[in-house]
Amino acid sequence: MTDYRSMWTELGLDLEKHDILLGALPGMYEGIFLSQDDRPEGMAYFDFVIGEIHGLRVKELMDHKASGGKVIGLFCVFVPEDLILAAGAIPVGLCAGTQFSVPDAEEVLPRNTCALIKSSFGFKVGRTCPYVQASDFVIGETTCDGKKKMYEILAEYHPTYVMEVPNKKTPLGRELFLEELRSLKTKLETETGVTITAERLADATALVEAKRAALRRLHNIRKARPVPISGLDALLVTQIAFYDDPARFTEKVNNLCDELEGRIARGEGVASANAPRILVSGSPMAVPNWKLHRILEDSGATVIGEESCTGTRYFGSALAENDGTLAGQLKAIADRQLETHCACFTPNDERIEDVLTLAKDWQADGVVHYTLQFCHTFANEAVKIERALAGENIPLLRIETDYSDEDMGQIKNRVDAFLKMIRG
Amino acid sequence: MTYAGLDIGSRTIVLVEFDEGLKDFVILDTGPNPVDRCRHLLNGRIYRQVVATGYGRHLAAATLADEVVSEIRAYAVGARYLHPDCRTVIDVGGQDCKVSLLADGGEVRKFEMNDRCAAGTGRFLEVMARALDLDIAQLGDHALSADAMVSISSLCTVFAESEVVSLIARGEDSRTIALGLHDAIATRIAGMVRRVGPRERVVFAGGGALNPCLRGLLGQKIGVELTVPEQPQVVGALGAALVAKAR
Repeated sequence: MTDYRSMWTELGLDLEKHDILLGALPGMYEGIFLSQDDRPEGMAYFDFVIGEIHGLRVKELMDHKASGGKVIGLFCVFVPEDLILAAGAIPVGLCAGTQFSVPDAEEVLPRNTCALIKSSFGFKVGRTCPYVQASDFVIGETTCDGKKKMYEILAEYHPTYVMEVPNKKTPLGRELFLEELRSLKTKLETETGVTITAERLADATALVEAKRAALRRLHNIRKARPVPISGLDALLVTQIAFYDDPARFTEKVNNLCDELEGRIARGEGVASANAPRILVSGSPMAVPNWKLHRILEDSGATVIGEESCTGTRYFGSALAENDGTLAGQLKAIADRQLETHCACFTPNDERIEDVLTLAKDWQADGVVHYTLQFCHTFANEAVKIERALAGENIPLLRIETDYSDEDMGQIKNRVDAFLKMIRG
Repeated sequence: MTYAGLDIGSRTIVLVEFDEGLKDFVILDTGPNPVDRCRHLLNGRIYRQVVATGYGRHLAAATLADEVVSEIRAYAVGARYLHPDCRTVIDVGGQDCKVSLLADGGEVRKFEMNDRCAAGTGRFLEVMARALDLDIAQLGDHALSADAMVSISSLCTVFAESEVVSLIARGEDSRTIALGLHDAIATRIAGMVRRVGPRERVVFAGGGALNPCLRGLLGQKIGVELTVPEQPQVVGALGAALVAKAR
């Protein structure tokens, strides 16, 4: 493996701490991913990407910076990647999925903050994420109170720009969001010195749309029974979408899908055809948060979809036709982003519809609603989702957890009982 | 032909022997090495089948048991055996609290369990008993002897403990504090029971059901009479033994 230590030093990482973090990953990855049966060959690329998690991709970002480009860190699917790419910058999803960085965050933030916020903040203050270190600035958003306030504190440690996401999907809310995109465009142009033209934006959007289409293709493949790819592997692919090179990633996902379609044609699957099919819905799962999928699949279920920011909320909608002008494209991008049925909106009945549709069309035997502790918006929506599913006789299991392993036994307990209930 | 159910919980290990009926049972503290303790317990005992349940069930599965069942199912099966008309099971164990709603045929239809929190569990009572310098077995009777109650506002075990300490410092009677603690935990469990929408008969099992004050308050809050088995803490192991027999 290439030695990246000089690069990490240059990025100001706390090398000692960072070694501990990276040292823990291979064993964990091997136990969770490489030990699975019947893995598709196409997963080899994604295994490689994880193997190089703080290496090769960071090197690419550094090379991009060396040639004058900018790198911009993101936390949320509402921030349009196309706009950033159109400014010649590289958007990259930031590290936010492990207990490892939580203690660093808790030295500053209130403890009763969700694990995702604490983890992302802890990576910055603990200097253990090369992506945030490599970024020229990060773009936050107003999707929850915890994040909103965390960004104010984060700004003391790293250049931070916050864009507003409305609370309601009204015409006024839509106008506000479009205006936010215009402001973001100006901000990006100022930072990069690149003027975002209609042509540049159209090219960038084509790249992003191809990536989203590939992810939708993979998502649709999981309708098959037996399902040709594990939930863990499919989740991993979506997680990698946030930081890999978009063109290369899209090609690899499509190659994987070709292989999986062959499996379907031959009736091959990773789980037996009668394994309980579980739809996971709720809070996002950033790398390396594989806790729930791991418990579910170790217990004999197969996860067939994620109604999540690391799932359909990220890639579910496609850009509508537009007139190709800069204004027309921006409007279409704003509309596409607002099709993200996030619990930050009120009302948000579209999400309930999404869960019902996914559960039915993907033939889920049950839904597991996953909430990060202290994520009030998703915890509350679980109530409505449970009621809606009960009306269709689809059982729901509510899991509230964080990134630590201390409740693995309790969750396993509940999952076992839930699967038993489904199997009858 | 004897079958065994082994419930390896966070605080206790329970072994139930079953042939035509409940033959015998043993209760031990879990201790730091539950697998060794179970091995020792099973040493020299021959059973046709052994089924394990509880937190340690997967640890035991490798060498000691033929099959595992979740406690939720084990408690449902055990409670139905003792009370065939049981439709709701409340299990207050060492580190969690579960409420299950059963279908007419006994299958688990819906369940609730405490999340990442010791509030509403045996552990809560244990910590509070210690704060009041009492044995866990005395706590319920101590509370029942109170002629007044203080309200405990915190349900978090950690915060409630400091609340108890400050109540003691204020000179509150330990009986009124104990009653307040039982009221707080009963309120919490009753909320979970209402979430599943209980149907009668409601069986209250697990070590928590040994506490007379909790039994009374919980019944009052839910508004139904609770049925407490003679040995409420063996219901899970009994269910596991019944699963062993049905194999």
